[in-house]
Amino acid sequence: MSSSIMNVEITDKIVKEHGLKPDEYQRICDILGRKPNITELGLYSVMWSEHCGYKHSRALLKTLPTKGDKVLQGPGENAGIMDIGQGWAVAFKVESHNHPSAIEPYQGAATGVGGILRDIFTMGARPVANLNSLRFGPLTDPKVKRLFTGVVHGIADYGNCMGIPTVAGEVVFDESYSENCLVNAMSVGLLKHDQIIRGKATGIGNAVIYIGATTGRDGIHGATFASTEITDESTEKRSAVQVADPFMEKLLMEATLELIHGNLLVGIQDMGAAGLTCSTCEMASRGGAGIEIDVAKVPQREKGMTPYEILLSESQERMLLVAKPGCEQKVHDILAKWDLHAATIGVVTDTGRMIVKENGKVVADVPADSLTEAPMYHPAKSEPAILKKHKEFNEASVPVPTNLSEVLEKLIADPTIASKRWVYRQYDHMVRSNTLIRPGSDAAVIRVKGTQLGLAMTIDGLGSYCALDPYEGAKIVVAEGARNIACSGAESIGMTDCLNFGSPEKPEVFYYLDRVIAGLGDACRAFGIPITGGNVSLYNENPTGAIDPTPVIGMMGLFQNVETRVTQWFKNEGDFIYLLGSIGQSIGGSRYLTVTHGKKTGLCPTLNLEVELKLHQSLKALADQKLLQSAHDCSDGGFAVALAESCFTGMTHEEKSLGAVVTLSGEGRTDGRLFGEAQSRVIVSLKPANAVKVDEILKKFGVPFEKIGTVGGDSLSIGQEVKVAVGRLADLFFTSIEKMMA
Amino acid sequence: MRFSVTVFPGSNCDHDCEYVLRDVEKQNVEMIWHKDTDLKNPDCIIVPGGFSYGDYLRTGAIARFSPVMKSVADFAAKGGLVIGVCNGFQILCEAGLLPGALIRNKTLKFICQSVYIRVEQTNTPFTNACKPGQVLKIPIAHGEGNYFIDADGLKKLKDNNQIVVRYCDVNGQLTPESNPNGSLESIAGVCNVSRNVFGLMPHPDRSGEAILGSHDGHYIWQSILSAKVGAR
Repeated sequence: MSSSIMNVEITDKIVKEHGLKPDEYQRICDILGRKPNITELGLYSVMWSEHCGYKHSRALLKTLPTKGDKVLQGPGENAGIMDIGQGWAVAFKVESHNHPSAIEPYQGAATGVGGILRDIFTMGARPVANLNSLRFGPLTDPKVKRLFTGVVHGIADYGNCMGIPTVAGEVVFDESYSENCLVNAMSVGLLKHDQIIRGKATGIGNAVIYIGATTGRDGIHGATFASTEITDESTEKRSAVQVADPFMEKLLMEATLELIHGNLLVGIQDMGAAGLTCSTCEMASRGGAGIEIDVAKVPQREKGMTPYEILLSESQERMLLVAKPGCEQKVHDILAKWDLHAATIGVVTDTGRMIVKENGKVVADVPADSLTEAPMYHPAKSEPAILKKHKEFNEASVPVPTNLSEVLEKLIADPTIASKRWVYRQYDHMVRSNTLIRPGSDAAVIRVKGTQLGLAMTIDGLGSYCALDPYEGAKIVVAEGARNIACSGAESIGMTDCLNFGSPEKPEVFYYLDRVIAGLGDACRAFGIPITGGNVSLYNENPTGAIDPTPVIGMMGLFQNVETRVTQWFKNEGDFIYLLGSIGQSIGGSRYLTVTHGKKTGLCPTLNLEVELKLHQSLKALADQKLLQSAHDCSDGGFAVALAESCFTGMTHEEKSLGAVVTLSGEGRTDGRLFGEAQSRVIVSLKPANAVKVDEILKKFGVPFEKIGTVGGDSLSIGQEVKVAVGRLADLFFTSIEKMMA
Repeated sequence: MRFSVTVFPGSNCDHDCEYVLRDVEKQNVEMIWHKDTDLKNPDCIIVPGGFSYGDYLRTGAIARFSPVMKSVADFAAKGGLVIGVCNGFQILCEAGLLPGALIRNKTLKFICQSVYIRVEQTNTPFTNACKPGQVLKIPIAHGEGNYFIDADGLKKLKDNNQIVVRYCDVNGQLTPESNPNGSLESIAGVCNVSRNVFGLMPHPDRSGEAILGSHDGHYIWQSILSAKVGAR
C-alpha cells in the first residue's frame, strides 16, 4: 500500500470489505468526530470483529458464573488463573483455530497451539500441559484424512518442539463438520501467586517494548477472516493464515518467563489475533492509560510495509511489554541472551488515546477504550423447527439388532469411539516428567513437583446432543467434564469454554447459542465451578449450513494428594464391578443410533444436576480412601462400550486385557440398555474386601448402585446378550484409526 | 557426584535431567548455557533431549557448533563421562563423538510411547549396574531415532562391543514389531571405543521414578554413580 492509498477515500465498499456495517461505521465517525482514515478503519475492523470484540455473544457470556474462592483471575485477561494451594496457581484457557485449520491444516493447527501457549506464559505461568479437541467430517473422506493428518502433525510439531506435553484430547468424526473442521487448543500453566502479571500498561513515560519475531505480511485480518463464513472465496484469503515457528516461541517463552520472574515488567501481552493493534489498545485500556507507538521502530520482515499492514499483521511469536522504570536495559540484555529481537517502540501516556506514528508523523489517533468496547448486539432468536421433530422421533421404529455382540464390535471400532493412539503417539505426552496418567483414560493427571498436589484435566465437547437439545446438551457437556475429573479422583475447580457455532446473525443459530450458554451456566452454578475464561468461534458454516452447535469445555481438577488418582482400566481378576447410577433404555441421540442405524435424532438424554453432583462427590470420597481400582464413565456407546474400554488394561492391544462377566439388568429395549447414553453413570471396580466400605459411602451420598459382576476371563460377557473375546475388542479398538489412515 | 547439563536454545529435557539427578538421585547438578565454555568441573556431562535450534537443517547439526561443545569434546577426550539422551544422542553423533547417525523414523512420524530395551553391554560406566540381557522399560519420544551406520561402521561397533542397548519386546526378544523406529539391528544406544561416551534415544530421565510408570532409568543413573565410585 502506497501513501496514495493511505489517503484513500473511505467508501461504502471499503467499509463493507472491512466487515463493518453502516451503523458501525457511523459509530466510528461519532467517536472520532470525523471520518477515520484507512489505518484507523483497519483498527476498528479487527477489534470490533466477533473474534476480538464478542459483539454478538458478549451479552450472553456475561451471564456465566465466573466467581469463586479460588479464582485469582477471571475472564478478560489472556488466561484465567486459579489458586491450587501452597502458594501455587494454575493458569488455563481454551481457544479455537477453526478457520485457519480448515484452509491450511498444518499451519492453522500449529499456530493455534502457539497462540494458546502465549496466552499462558504471558500471565507468568510456565506451560506444563496441552490438550486439544478436534472435529472433522467422516474419516472415510480422503479430504478429511488430509485435514486430520495435517492438524495432528501441526499440533505435534509445535507442542513437541516447545517441550510441552500434550496429555489429553478428543477427536470426533461427524458429517456436520465436513467442510468446517473444529480445532480447539487448550493449555495449562503453573505459577506461584507472586508471579502473576497482567496485560496492563501503566506508569506514564514507561517504555513500550516489542519482542520476538519480526513483523511480516502474514495473517493480516486473520481475526476478521475468522468472523466470516468459509466460502470458496475464503480459500483466496490464504495470506490470512499465519506461519508457525515453535523454536522462536520456545526462545520467546524462556525469555518472557525470565523477564517476568525477574520482576522487570509492569505488564505484558502477546500479539495474537489483531496483532499489534490488539495488544496496544488492550494494554492501554486495561491500565486506564494511553499508548503512543511509532511503527517505523517495529522490526520488520520485509520492506515497504505500511502502518496499516504493520498494525494488522498476525505474524506469530511476538509480544508487547511495558518495562518498569530503570529496567529497560535489563530487558534488552535478557533478549540479547536469547538472540531475540527487541525494540522500544513507544511510551505509556496519560491521554487515554492510542496514537500511532510513522517516523514521527501521526497515522492513527483514536481513544484506546473505543477499540476494546465493540458494539454489543442482542440478535434475534427463533427456535428451529427441527428441534420439535427430533423430540417426536419414534424409537420403536428402530429394530433391535439380533446380534448385539456385532454391534459392540462395530461401535468399538467407530473412529469417534476407537482409541486415539494414532494421534497421541505423535504427541510427546511425557516431556517435563510430570505425566502420571497418560492419554487414554478419562482424565490426564500431572503432578506438581515438590508438592503432593496434582492436576487432573480433560477437554470435552458435545455437538450431537446440543443439536437435539441445546440446553440439556450443554448441561451434559459440563457434567461429563466434571465426571471425568471425578473418575480420576480429583475435584473440579474451574472451567474454560470454547463455543463453536454458526453465524449468530441467523436467528436459529442464535437460539442454540442462547440455550447452550444457559445450560453451561446452570450446570456450573449447580456444581460450584467457575468459568475463568474462554473463546467464541462463530460463523462456522459451510455451503450446506451451520455446524452442530458445539460447546467445548476444558475442566481443571485438583488433587490434594496425587497418590489418590484412579484410572479407567480394570486391575485384577476377581475384583467386583459396580454400576453407579441407573441403567437406561432410550437410544435417542446415541452414537449407537448414528453408527448402526444411520440416524442423528431422538430425545437427547436428560441430566439431573443434583444426582450428578452426588455422583461426583461419592467418587471423590471413594478415591480419597483409595477404595477404587478403576472408574470410567459411560458416554459414547453407553454401558457396553464403557465396560469394554475398562477391559483394555494396557496402552496397546499387544498388552494383556482383562475380561469381565456382568449381568444386564433393567427393563426395556436391550440395545438401549447396552448402548443408550443415559447420564450420571460410572463403572467402577474394587477389591472384594472393600465392598462394605464402598457400599456405605455410596449409600451415604444417596447414589444408586448395583454390583453387576466381576473382572476376569478372556471375554467380555454382558448377560446373555453379548460375548466377545477381549483380545478381539482390543484389536478393533486400538487399530481402527491406524488401519483407516494406513 | 557432580553432573553438568548442557542447555542449548531449544533444549527441553534439561529440566527433566536436572530433576531426576538433583531431586531423585540427590546429586549436584549445574546447568551450562551453550555459549559458555566452563563446564563447572563435572564428573559427568549430560547432553539432554529437546529440539536444539528447532531441529533446523538437521537434528543436532547446529548445536554441535555451539561453544560448549568444544569443551564437551575436550572433556570426553580426557576420558570424562558424557551421556547424550535423544537429541543429545543426535548431537553427539553430529559432533563425531559417537559413530553413526539418527535418521527419520520408518513411520515418518514422531513416536512417543514406552518401549523395552535389552542391555547388550554391561561393561560400560552407563550400564554396569545392569545384568547382561536385562530388559528395561523406558519411554521414547522422537521423530528421528532410526539409527543408521554403514557396513564397516557396524562391523567396528560389533568388534568393539559398542552396541550397548537394543529395542526388544517385554521378554527381551528382538522382533520387527518391537523396533519402533526401524533402527539398524534394533540399535537403541551405542558408546564410543573408549566407552566413556554413550548416547541413546530412550529417556532414562523420564523413567527414574515408579510414579512415572517405570523406575528402570534408575539403572542407568546408578551405573554412572557406581562407575565414579569405582574410579576413586
